[in-house]
Amino acid sequence: MTQSNSRFLLILFVVAAAVVPLVFASGYQLFQLTLVVAYALSVLGKNLVTGYGGQVSLGQGAFYAVGAYTAAILMEHFNVPYWATLPVAAVVTGMVGLALGLPALRLGGLYLALVTFAMAVAVPQLLKYKLFENWTGGVQGIVLNKPDAPFGLPLDPDQWVYLFTLSVGVVLFVAATNLVRSRIGLALMAIRDQPLAAEAMGVELSRYKTLTFGFGALFTGVGGALGAIAVGFVSPDSFSIALSLTLFVGMVIGGASSISGAVYGALFIVFVPNLAEEISKAIPGAIFGVILILFMFFAPGGIASLLSAQMRRFRAAR
Amino acid sequence: MVDPVASTPIQGGPILEAKGLHAAYGQVRVLHGIDFVVNTGGVTALLGANGAGKTTTLRAICGMVRSTGDLMYDGKRINNMATEAIAAMRVGHVPDGRGTFMELSVEENLRLGGYTRKDSIEPDLERMFAYFPKLKDRFRQQAGTLSGGEQQMLAIARALMIRPRLLLLDEPSFGLAPLIVREIFEIMKQIIATERTSILLVEQNASLALSVADMAYLLETGKIVMSGPAAEIRQDESVRRAYLGY
Amino acid sequence: MEGVLHQIISGIATGSIYASISLALVMIFLATHQINFAQGEMAMFSTYVALTLIQAGVPYWGAFVLTLVFSFIAGMVLQRTLLEPLARAPVLASVGAFLGLLLIFNNIAGWIFTYTLQPFPTPFGAGAPILGGMLSRHELGSTAVTLVVLTAVWAFFRFTKLGLALRGAAYNPVSSRLVGIPVARMLSLGWGLAAAIGAIAGMMVAPIVFLDPNMMAGVLLYAFAGALLGGITSPLGAVVGGVLMGVIENIAGAYIVGTELKLTTALVIIVVVLVFKPSGLFGKTLANRV
Ligand SMILES: Nc1ncnc2c1ncn2[C@@H]1O[C@H](COP(=O)(O)OP(=O)(O)OP(=O)(O)O)[C@@H](O)[C@H]1O
Ligand SMILES: [Mg+2]
Repeated sequence: MTQSNSRFLLILFVVAAAVVPLVFASGYQLFQLTLVVAYALSVLGKNLVTGYGGQVSLGQGAFYAVGAYTAAILMEHFNVPYWATLPVAAVVTGMVGLALGLPALRLGGLYLALVTFAMAVAVPQLLKYKLFENWTGGVQGIVLNKPDAPFGLPLDPDQWVYLFTLSVGVVLFVAATNLVRSRIGLALMAIRDQPLAAEAMGVELSRYKTLTFGFGALFTGVGGALGAIAVGFVSPDSFSIALSLTLFVGMVIGGASSISGAVYGALFIVFVPNLAEEISKAIPGAIFGVILILFMFFAPGGIASLLSAQMRRFRAAR
Repeated sequence: MVDPVASTPIQGGPILEAKGLHAAYGQVRVLHGIDFVVNTGGVTALLGANGAGKTTTLRAICGMVRSTGDLMYDGKRINNMATEAIAAMRVGHVPDGRGTFMELSVEENLRLGGYTRKDSIEPDLERMFAYFPKLKDRFRQQAGTLSGGEQQMLAIARALMIRPRLLLLDEPSFGLAPLIVREIFEIMKQIIATERTSILLVEQNASLALSVADMAYLLETGKIVMSGPAAEIRQDESVRRAYLGY
Repeated sequence: MEGVLHQIISGIATGSIYASISLALVMIFLATHQINFAQGEMAMFSTYVALTLIQAGVPYWGAFVLTLVFSFIAGMVLQRTLLEPLARAPVLASVGAFLGLLLIFNNIAGWIFTYTLQPFPTPFGAGAPILGGMLSRHELGSTAVTLVVLTAVWAFFRFTKLGLALRGAAYNPVSSRLVGIPVARMLSLGWGLAAAIGAIAGMMVAPIVFLDPNMMAGVLLYAFAGALLGGITSPLGAVVGGVLMGVIENIAGAYIVGTELKLTTALVIIVVVLVFKPSGLFGKTLANRV
């Protein structure tokens, strides 16, 4: 398959992803697909940090929460239109990521995992804190209106939010692909694979790592903002450690070292719990746990690397 | 002059015999079919330049690196057995880098050396202090704070605590001042004379090693290029030029 | 002044529970250079086992001992089957496995025992508070139990041949094998011990906070902070750090930030220690393992 060929297929896939659900999917299904895109962006942020940057962050849920609350507060208290909250959410989470990344990355390895884990555990409590209550709505959270389609387009809110989210998602995925292929991306992978050699080559480890941490936070934060718009509601308890763990599961299962893996991971974390929840509310988490361990043992590269291995076999057979 | 102790004919048959021994780290093949023996009660020296495969040979004996061919210890094939199982058969190993338990005290290092022993090890502690009085003074000191020479003594004492039938020594002279090296080798001669332990001694310092050994092998990039009684090897022109430096 | 003293004393009581979990974390860290993110959930699950036994009519201390035995064995089995094979895998793999365990224990507990809070019995009786009303009977009793356990653990490591072998295996596995120590078995044993110590902490904290599948989240965070504060490479530091965290929690809760930011307090301490003194009070600095 040539490059232009595969690019054509990709465009075809995106168009199909936009059109087919509009025609066939119910409101709830559209909502789920919207969540898939929001989570895919969040997992993508995690992939950048962990898969490409080689840093284990367990607190991506915290950045998701920052993005979601930024969007919600802007809409609720400042009457900012929903679409205009995204760039602000991106900047805010990016800055928060940089600020946290600076000290955290000096530690690296397990220590970073520990700090970010602690961060994820502490987030709901901070969101409930009474000093911020006027902004965050405390335990109650903030309820948002679902946006209508603009320009008199003949779409209901679910359809519109899906299309809007998908468009933002596509733009950011293209951006991430370019980022990974840019000098920064190449330097990052050099750092991940050969830290000593990279340092010897003059790559400034800490600057690049901090930068990726910031970018990772940014992508996750935009995902959070989109998620908040789609759900129409933010509250502290929806951003517990469980969210961070879910994003972690999505990253591992999709494949941390790939861009497309974020999509597979997001599909997994949105749809598998739905199937499993019929048995018991607690089952999805347990299944996540079991699948997580199985992937660590048998497919550490996630679905993305399983698929690309299949593709290679397929091509070799032809 | 051949050392009287080393040449004392107290030796029985081989306690360790390698035949066609190969060893590799993953894809990197290091030993290419070597043969050697350590006689019961004897001292065999294994000489060779950096990277020849001396340490790898000792690691193969202890099951720390995979090997093929035959390694016969006391008539039993021991290739690729678990390291701790080989230690349990009373093979003591003073490893490359000394293997000190840095965080633990001198006493605890010695007690760990006696881990496989079922009987009381208190008399052995006294025996070690007789050989290495310096260790007695530092009994409660953290081993990581010992000098290099003291750590080497500790490593030898630790390996002796196992009451080894076969003792593997990896470059006991490494990184030590000549005076300390002489001290350690004097003690080793004493040990050889009294313990009657069979020894496989790896050294780069060939003249030193040949002064205590009865058999010697010369290893070059994973192959034995010369072997024979230590006294003969000492006389050999090429060895003298390449390794003894006179 | 009276108030401060009260806060300190009851802080020591909860702190001794944190100290147990800190110690369990440090034991595993020393032996494997891994941080067991599932340590808290394992303790929680053990506590449910104890509750089930007690509800089935087993007397308290019988259930206590049976739970320790169960936890010890379960810890060994987990190490053998899950963690040992991942020992040489990248950090991500072991972290992933621990998070997987965390999810499994938490959700299985929720599935079997539901997420509702359940009271857990104390063996020390309800009675009036003692020490001039500063300490409940349970607090005093649980502190005593934890101190006995910590002392026993210390004595085991310090004075027994097996304890010494465990330490040797943790510090220097290669040399340990050379002197004949079966290192893999030592690691399982360490895991079993850590799980049993965690179970004690769970059973001691449950009467105070009530039992539910998320009971240990906060305790684990404080135990992390305690372990880091004391120095993640120092068992003694872990105990001191854990106790200190109990006191800090109480003082901060009463006079500084209020109880609403308890978890954030732990987070801040973790960050401050890691940024300004990564080796903690007693530990030594470790090179990064990326
Ligand atoms: N862990 C390892 N993995 C891969 N290769 C190794 C490893 N250890 C040693 N080697 C290689 O095996 C060869 C022999 O090494 P070995 O340590 O046995 O040499 P040596 O004779 O003991 O040298 P020296 O006198 O410097 O200690 C070397 O080329 C070395 O690079
Ligand atoms: Mg060597």
